[in-house]
Amino acid sequence: MDWLTEPFHHEFMRRVVVGGALLGFTNGFLGAFVVLRRLALMADSLSHSLLPGLAVALLLFGLAPVGLFFGALVAALIVAMGAQIIARSSRLKEDTALGALYTVAFSLGVVLISFVKVRVSLLHYLFGNILGLSDSDLWIIWGISLIVVPLLVGLQRPLLLTLFDPTVAASQGIRVNWLNFILMFSLVLTMIASLQAIGVIMLLGLLILPAATVYLLCDSYSTMLWGGGVIGMLGSLAGLLLSYWLNLPSGASIVLVLGIVFFAAFFFSPRYGLIRRLRPARHLHAESLARWPHGSPSEETGSEKAEG
Amino acid sequence: MSRLTPTLDPTSAHRLVVRDLTVSYNRVPALHHIAFELGCGESVALLGPNGAGKSTLLKSLVGLLPRETGSITFHGREVAGATKDFAYLPQRENIDWDFPTTVRGLVEMGRYLRLGWWRRFREEDCLAVDEAIAAMRLETLHRRQISALSGGQQQRAFLARALAQQAHVFLLDEPFTGLDKPSQDNLKEMLRTLRGQGKLIIASHHDLQTVSELFDRVILLNGELIAEGPVAEVFTEANIHKTYHTAPFTGPAGRPHHHHH
Repeated sequence: MDWLTEPFHHEFMRRVVVGGALLGFTNGFLGAFVVLRRLALMADSLSHSLLPGLAVALLLFGLAPVGLFFGALVAALIVAMGAQIIARSSRLKEDTALGALYTVAFSLGVVLISFVKVRVSLLHYLFGNILGLSDSDLWIIWGISLIVVPLLVGLQRPLLLTLFDPTVAASQGIRVNWLNFILMFSLVLTMIASLQAIGVIMLLGLLILPAATVYLLCDSYSTMLWGGGVIGMLGSLAGLLLSYWLNLPSGASIVLVLGIVFFAAFFFSPRYGLIRRLRPARHLHAESLARWPHGSPSEETGSEKAEG
Repeated sequence: MSRLTPTLDPTSAHRLVVRDLTVSYNRVPALHHIAFELGCGESVALLGPNGAGKSTLLKSLVGLLPRETGSITFHGREVAGATKDFAYLPQRENIDWDFPTTVRGLVEMGRYLRLGWWRRFREEDCLAVDEAIAAMRLETLHRRQISALSGGQQQRAFLARALAQQAHVFLLDEPFTGLDKPSQDNLKEMLRTLRGQGKLIIASHHDLQTVSELFDRVILLNGELIAEGPVAEVFTEANIHKTYHTAPFTGPAGRPHHHHH
């Protein structure tokens, strides 16, 4: 059993495990809102648009974490708001506006990083490197997780009403625009926290795969939030250990593990899995027989089902 | 919140009074100087052609649209913005039926407004939810995910949510659309139950054939108020013709305006 505990003997590995677990939980928890609010495309755009912000921060302030943090924040806000402005002031719809803006921003980031004097690799920001997590990175992860998760837990009722039906929520006096803003802000913060560990390209996987998995398994909002968090956390830990043992890139291992879990749910979910869907439905004749006076006495649900 | 208080003027108690209501989209009025008065325990059909402002009226009653002129009072109190006394039920096609919630979860949402953001569910809340589910006869279905319901059952689940909210005024957008005859009859019965509990029901409706069996009052609307009153008096050939054959003012000629929802 030595191989199982061996990774935890290293100081750096303990840091990585704590960081990975926190990130997995926070992303998985937040992911439920992203999935239900259909923000996946938005999230992908935002994660890519962090890159030019990082590049500018590197050019101006070098590797200082505060500079990187605010650079990423500002870049994400510019792309999110810019897309809104383009969509509202032209005939373009928001998906096109976002796509146009974030690919341009991403390219700008790639070009700018090539001018950076500090020795950094572009690949580091694209794919992340959780094994290189520094103490300050870990503090940022702690800080952001302790802001985002309690905030979302505290707001879960108004968020639920807003996600379910924004019009009705607004009619009940809920400040829908504010909640959307808070959601976007949490999203950007969480991405910045996750940047070092898994990079801008695969961020989205850690964010939405756990929530998408739980969504295929359950019909409860709170299970979706906490379940997403737990799957994200366990998946991250499993992915990290795999990457340690097999010497694989950490971000990709995490997303692959989460992907396997997701596809398992997609195929085998007892309620919403593909196999369940493909299984032939009960023949209507059986139901009509059940309602026939000579057959078994029909139960209340039988007549309810026939209503619509 | 406009809760009933003992000092109320008896003439305004249990009355919804709308005076001189004008609502505009992008400065083009969609509703012109509407005025009517309704009482609790009535069920009212909101009738008019497409674009007559039926949805606009419902939405302005719950504060979703800013009003340009006029006032809305309920129980003798000015209604400004959202209130727990009013429940707005959207059209069924606007709902994400795959949302991870059961019938019970949906009805519990009605309590959140009373509970606020933090307070825990208590016994009285569970009781209110149980009662609402029972009143809408959803006991055998309360564990189902909401897409596993028929159209009529879905409508009843939303009514149950409004009941759990302890709303007094129910504003329904086309509740009977797309329901087959048995579900329609069933929903009709549920609305009777609500009316019997003293709720005021205002529903936009488009099937003129069923008005007299489903409702006891009508509001005939076409940008402006054509007529309002008991079905027997107001729902006449002449008034219907007038409602469906007047061209409402929709801005400068030849410039149709669009509603953004």
